[in-house]
Amino acid sequence: MSQPELLSQDFELGFTYTRSTGPVVGRFLTDLRDRIIVGIKGSDGKVYVPPMEYDPVTAEELSEFVEVGQSGEVVSWCWVKEPRDSHPSAVPFAWALIKLDGADVPMVHVLRASAESEVSTGMRVTARWAEETRGFITDIDGFVAAGDES
Amino acid sequence: MSEEREMITGIEVPIYLKYHFTAGEATARFLSQVRQGKLVGQRCPSCNNVYLPPRGSCAACGVATTEEVEVADKCTVESFTIVYIPIPGNPIQPPYVIANLIPDGANISFIHLLSECDNDTVHRGQRVQAVWKPQEEWDYAMDNIRYFKPLDEPDVPSESIGKVPVTGWEV
Repeated sequence: MSQPELLSQDFELGFTYTRSTGPVVGRFLTDLRDRIIVGIKGSDGKVYVPPMEYDPVTAEELSEFVEVGQSGEVVSWCWVKEPRDSHPSAVPFAWALIKLDGADVPMVHVLRASAESEVSTGMRVTARWAEETRGFITDIDGFVAAGDES
Repeated sequence: MSEEREMITGIEVPIYLKYHFTAGEATARFLSQVRQGKLVGQRCPSCNNVYLPPRGSCAACGVATTEEVEVADKCTVESFTIVYIPIPGNPIQPPYVIANLIPDGANISFIHLLSECDNDTVHRGQRVQAVWKPQEEWDYAMDNIRYFKPLDEPDVPSESIGKVPVTGWEV
């Protein structure tokens, strides 16, 4: 049996999901479009951002939306040295857990910084909005060090 | 908040998985011969079953398969399903028939499209034959065969499906 040809090619598998957002996530995204960040108040009095549909303690439906601040504190972060095509940044950036002012839990989002050395736990950051908002999590283009948002 | 703008009720969140696929030895040999318009499987030295497409080994016996066997482009319907729901990106208009087909001379099935058929009368044991694309369009792909269409031959009885010799089905 002779040596076979070497055959290889690119192959893409796409799962073209659409997701119904419901009254809670839908409200969160609708408000993002208006450049507002909302959380939701749980039975323990904590404000959860992004808002969750059911109470983490009692499992009751939640509905008390609370607007939170657009600035907050970096609770934890991870620097991405070599972003891949599907990452939301072509240049190195950080995934960060950010506890927004008025929120009791941190939210994960993109933290843009020119170097890893400029990122630290506890640093203050502020949301920078996309030029055009459409009701999606990327309406927040990313967070930047407080004072750098313009 | 502006009251006049519509509430977001749904989002599109596609996930794309990007692969670079390299065919192994058995698949590469199979596709190279499909490009020549031939369906070539491999026979297991232990149980003598012929596999198409070949995987380079027999899953039942756990041994490597190397002997190549050309099979026919006439097949028997082992099972089938009628697809009514459109799949995004698939150019075939439903309803259409997808079938597990066992070629004459092979012992396991592969999946392909049935067409030029009456969907309501497609059945297990039905005889079908490949409709190939024009030779100048042949590539390293099973869609060198556009689809399979019914043959005017008697059905293969259930117990003989998967045991038809390469010379075809004789009643």
